[in-house]
Amino acid sequence: MRKTLILSAAVTAAFAGAVQAEELTGTLKKINDTNMITVGHRESSIPFSYLDDRQKPVGYAMDLCNRVVAEVKKKLNKPSLVVKLVPVTSQTRIPLMVNGTIDMECGSTTNSKERQKQVAFSYSYFVTAVRMAAKTNAGIKTLDDLNGKPVVTTTGTTSDRYIKQNEQGKAIDVKNVYGKDHAESFMMVETGRAAAFVMDDILLASQIATSKNPKDYAIVGPALSVEPYGIMMRKDDPQFKKVADDTLAAIYKSGEINKIYDKWFMQPIPPKNVTINLPMSDKLKEAIKNPTDVGI
Amino acid sequence: MGHYQWNWAIILEEVYGTGEYYYQWLITGLGWTVATALSAWVIALVLGSLIGTARTAPIKWLATLATAYVELFRNIPLIVQLFLWFFVLPEVVPERLGLWMKQDMPLPEFFTAMIGLGLFTAARVAEQVRTGILALSRGQKNAGLALGLTLPQTYRYVLLPMAFRIVIPPLTSEFMNVFKNSAVALAIGLTELTFQMRQITGEYAPANPIEVMTMVSAIYLVLAFSVNRLMAFIERRVQVPGYISGGK
Repeated sequence: MRKTLILSAAVTAAFAGAVQAEELTGTLKKINDTNMITVGHRESSIPFSYLDDRQKPVGYAMDLCNRVVAEVKKKLNKPSLVVKLVPVTSQTRIPLMVNGTIDMECGSTTNSKERQKQVAFSYSYFVTAVRMAAKTNAGIKTLDDLNGKPVVTTTGTTSDRYIKQNEQGKAIDVKNVYGKDHAESFMMVETGRAAAFVMDDILLASQIATSKNPKDYAIVGPALSVEPYGIMMRKDDPQFKKVADDTLAAIYKSGEINKIYDKWFMQPIPPKNVTINLPMSDKLKEAIKNPTDVGI
Repeated sequence: MGHYQWNWAIILEEVYGTGEYYYQWLITGLGWTVATALSAWVIALVLGSLIGTARTAPIKWLATLATAYVELFRNIPLIVQLFLWFFVLPEVVPERLGLWMKQDMPLPEFFTAMIGLGLFTAARVAEQVRTGILALSRGQKNAGLALGLTLPQTYRYVLLPMAFRIVIPPLTSEFMNVFKNSAVALAIGLTELTFQMRQITGEYAPANPIEVMTMVSAIYLVLAFSVNRLMAFIERRVQVPGYISGGK
């Protein structure tokens, strides 16, 4: 209860512009001094942050980040603030954040305790469950069905960790194979090189939605892990984090989040006008009702 | 602006939930990198020498065939070639063979990388061998034939021994390139050194990517530099006094 009180007080304060009086520090000071905010985006994290047919970064995370940028403009009273967009990858995002190249990263980055050693995260704006995609006619329903079969994950993700942990616990033996990106991992299932693709359910859903025959694939099995996504920012920068958190909290509170979610997850999206069709999960509803920046 | 929390000891830490250590992952990666590079180099050297020699042979169809090979393999990017071998080939061969390649072939990533990298590098070695042969004066070949050697004997005892000595420096670069190019094999899922780097810096130890990238760079540097020294040693041992590099 006290938390909610403090939160609503913070939201009110942000909207009243009462914080304007305090001295600028960290990222906000940098943005104010240079008249520029640098946003790191992804090139193929559909539907969070990716390039549309005009090579412009769009997506669910981009929509939310643009709202944060608008709030920064308002707070600094700089309507003509320059927004610089910088593409990042899973390998470059943390170094580029820490060395000051980007001010915020808007993609599909899991808020993990490990990452919190270097960077900070806003309130979660998405919660994904690690599950598996398989061909519907392959008869794969549970982890046990994977015994003796090749299972693909994408290089640089933790999905194979969960498989390994389950191998130990349940005495199943799978052959791990790897794709260099999600499209390639999915292709391994498509061509029969792998029986299942283990990954964040949203990424699986978008691969299935954009495949030739979406009806041939299904997301099956238990959630191997539940991971929150957040806007990545620099560590120890409470002023900037507050702007991001307050902006998200306001969007959640007003219910506007439902419209933004619907736009990217339930409606046809560019560039190919396919629909991902992934209704909001209970975990995400919970994260919207009680905003949190706790990582896994 | 924020500052990076360095942790060079990351490499000695245990990979959470696996009972393995990060340095073990790098050692596994190093093993595959060396195995792939060395076996690909054997293919490249043998095949490249044959094709390079064939391009200089006075047999028209053979020279044309060799030239076609070089142009085909030299003008397609290595990563595209690996994709073709790994993803496209099993779809165009007879279905049963394709299924075997996808599901039952032992170490498919390793053998695909070895052959793909070997065939690609062979085209480059062929060009070097060819230019080595062409760099020799015409008199050498004529002298060999005049002594009563057959054409293959002339190549075997006169031309190739000298040509190979001349092209040791470019061959050294190519040998070093095989090690560096083997990183492309991560695209087909071979768990070599760059793969392990991406694996670790991705989501296993995402807090310390710079340290891991630096260490992997250092390993490649040591590998390539060792090749460089080994080849320099061979070059000194086989030099013909007074001939080209022999004057030192």
